[in-house]
Amino acid sequence: MLIRMIPEIGHFALVIALLMAIVQSVMPLAGAATRRPLWMAYARPMAAGQFLFVAIAYACLTASYMLDDFSVMNVANNSNSMLPWYYKFSAVWGNHEGSVLLWSLMLAGWGYFAARYSRELPRDMVARVLGVLGLVCVGFLLFILVTSNPFERILPHMPADGSDLNPLLQDIGLILHPPMLYMGYVGFSVVFAFAIAALLGGRLDAAWARWARPWTNLAWAFLTVGIALGSWWAYYELGWGGWWFWDPVENASLLPWLTGTALMHSLAVTEKRGAFKSWTLLLAISTFSLSLLGTFLVRSGVLTSVHAFANDPSRGFFILVLLGITVGLSLLIFALRAPRVSHKVGFTWLSRDALLLINNIMLVIMTVTVLMGTVYPLLLDALDLGKISVGPPYFNALFVPLTLIMVVFMGMGPISRWKDTSASLLVQRLWVAAAVSVVLGAALPLIFAERWSAPVAIGLIAALWIVLPMLRDLYDKTRHASSIGAGLKKLSLAYWGMQLGHLGVAVTIVGIAVVSNYEIERNVRMGPGSSVEVAGYTFTMTELTSRRGANFLADRAVIEVQRGDRERSFTMNPEKRLYIATGMPMTQVALRPGFFRDLYVAMGEDLGDGTWAMRVQYKPFVRWMWLGGLLMSIGGVLAVYDKRYRRMATAPDPEEAALQAASGKGKEAAA
Amino acid sequence: MTLSLTQKRKQKLYVILGLLVLASIAVGLTLYALRANINLFFSPIQIAAGEAPFERQIRAGGMVKEGTVVRNPDSLDVEFYVTDYVDDLRVHYSGILPDLFREGQGVVVVGQLQHDGYLKADQVLARHDENYMPPEVAQALVDAGYKPEDFQQKAEAAAKRAEASASNGASSSAY
Repeated sequence: MLIRMIPEIGHFALVIALLMAIVQSVMPLAGAATRRPLWMAYARPMAAGQFLFVAIAYACLTASYMLDDFSVMNVANNSNSMLPWYYKFSAVWGNHEGSVLLWSLMLAGWGYFAARYSRELPRDMVARVLGVLGLVCVGFLLFILVTSNPFERILPHMPADGSDLNPLLQDIGLILHPPMLYMGYVGFSVVFAFAIAALLGGRLDAAWARWARPWTNLAWAFLTVGIALGSWWAYYELGWGGWWFWDPVENASLLPWLTGTALMHSLAVTEKRGAFKSWTLLLAISTFSLSLLGTFLVRSGVLTSVHAFANDPSRGFFILVLLGITVGLSLLIFALRAPRVSHKVGFTWLSRDALLLINNIMLVIMTVTVLMGTVYPLLLDALDLGKISVGPPYFNALFVPLTLIMVVFMGMGPISRWKDTSASLLVQRLWVAAAVSVVLGAALPLIFAERWSAPVAIGLIAALWIVLPMLRDLYDKTRHASSIGAGLKKLSLAYWGMQLGHLGVAVTIVGIAVVSNYEIERNVRMGPGSSVEVAGYTFTMTELTSRRGANFLADRAVIEVQRGDRERSFTMNPEKRLYIATGMPMTQVALRPGFFRDLYVAMGEDLGDGTWAMRVQYKPFVRWMWLGGLLMSIGGVLAVYDKRYRRMATAPDPEEAALQAASGKGKEAAA
Repeated sequence: MTLSLTQKRKQKLYVILGLLVLASIAVGLTLYALRANINLFFSPIQIAAGEAPFERQIRAGGMVKEGTVVRNPDSLDVEFYVTDYVDDLRVHYSGILPDLFREGQGVVVVGQLQHDGYLKADQVLARHDENYMPPEVAQALVDAGYKPEDFQQKAEAAAKRAEASASNGASSSAY
């Protein structure tokens, strides 16, 4: 009986969560405004309760998927009894309703952890932060309940089996990519709430920045991994070896990443120097707003892509209203209150402050250019001025030079000092690095590649220019220590985080430069016995077979690959699958990954006479792009564990704090 | 005192002016780049009427006309017609067609219109799933005077015919 009621239980839990979110937003905000501690104390328990009930709702939907309850429309449309259990589990977020529920679960989760790890914050700050987070939750829970109920039933005529998950989404990439991306998107809600709380409270000091920084880093790290995973997934799943398409949906995730990156750097200035305060707040607001814009673009159906599950105008309208309210209200608060928190701090044009300002300006310019290229066609379409699309050349033409300009300053940043750095010091510390990176960057492609390429050389110079000054800095920082080990140990985790993050950027730049300019693609007609040579590897098709998978049939090619005249050879097995439930074909790529190169073979189409159109690719250094993303996010996480944040996280024992809070409440009630 | 104040104001003015100049340069360059890289969409009717520019990157789309897909037996060159049921557009493409490319279904092609009247495509885009119809194509068909139900039925009928011919023809791979 109870099992059959699972969807209703889930639905009911969502309603309770909504009510708790309303209390979580109204009571603490009102309490903070009127200085009533009792009202403010609602924030923490409500945040925990709301998280619990959204989690129950989410578990119920997952249970419906696992139990193949096809009377639930969402399950019937996106699952199938033949689907392996792990895809049933991940199919929950492979559709509109489920993914918004996951969004809300993560939002509530971030709220819960913000409540848990904020014991050191002043009471009114906690109340405001959680109140604002509560408001965001209200918006999203309302969105689910009003327009996208995942628990809708099809009764009494339920289908015998589900219509299956889109085969493109039946993949480890789908299991990992959306949750990571959402954790990033949603994570920026915390720093957004911190920003609004600072504006409402009129208080923004170094302590505030210290609280906000770990949350920003964490969200940014998740978003970085999410974007890298998305690129990796597209690379092997879409079957033609592209890794970034400047597709509006990808841009939607890049936009908050760019402003988020700017925010991390501007928070550093706010913490260390007390400068850039209003700018930091504006970035926090923009970053979360761009996350919401991304959600709108992806979920509203204004874009058609693999990400747009449903074209329901009411949903798009709802998110647009939500976006409008969020942006409008927070900018209004910003305009009214920002003058109260801003503060003038002097610095010269040759200082770390100034370099970070340049970093911020460049990142914002990049954001604006990507935003224009993404939104311009949509605006024209909405105004009925014609259907256009903006192609990758636009984005490449602007993004690449802007990145290079930024890299010039990026090399100088870690070496420079706050407030003022003398030019002679910079020159003295950097000239070797500059000379070495230019010479080495230009020479490396000459030595290792068959043909010299200017873009590759520029990319390598840029990467070396990031890495070499950092090595120099490491040397400067450790040379006075008794041993190198002792010197390295003294450096803070935040410093290591910065180093790793920048190293990640350099590694990504190398990957992009090399793979874009040295990749080789051959589309050929192949049958058993025929072979093709790509980049010194000989690919020979030995046979064409077929096999049956759990829920698909597949044509399978056996390709023998041999490098040069070496003895050792290996086989690659690309497949063309036909998914039975949907009748959809899918290309399963055969990959031979490597640190310095990937080999990539995909079956194109059956040409009839026993031959296939095959796509054979040689992708040098392609893994470096994603490796760089991974390094960046590890850097972001490392910085979170820096001592100066840990002090506040572990300060009071939670139980003791709860006791104190309870006795405090008692006293207040008595008073 | 007053002097330093006016000096400060002047300094502020310079900073603001500088920022404005930089911003307008940035916006100008962006718009220029945007203008140079916009791909306009044209339907077969518009192309037949001579509205589309030659040898510039454009997007075109419609339904793949049934029975027009011809592969060159020795290479990966392929030729097919895209139609809005009023006018047809000949498309040349060399390479691998997307998994969901089918006769009678909607596609968008990106490429350059040649003076002999065919489009040399560097990209052929088909839908990602069963229900997806490229929105430009849907709009083009509506403009051509068809109701959405009409062309959906046509597409479904074409899909059925394609399926039937596939099962009639010796199914090469016996599972």
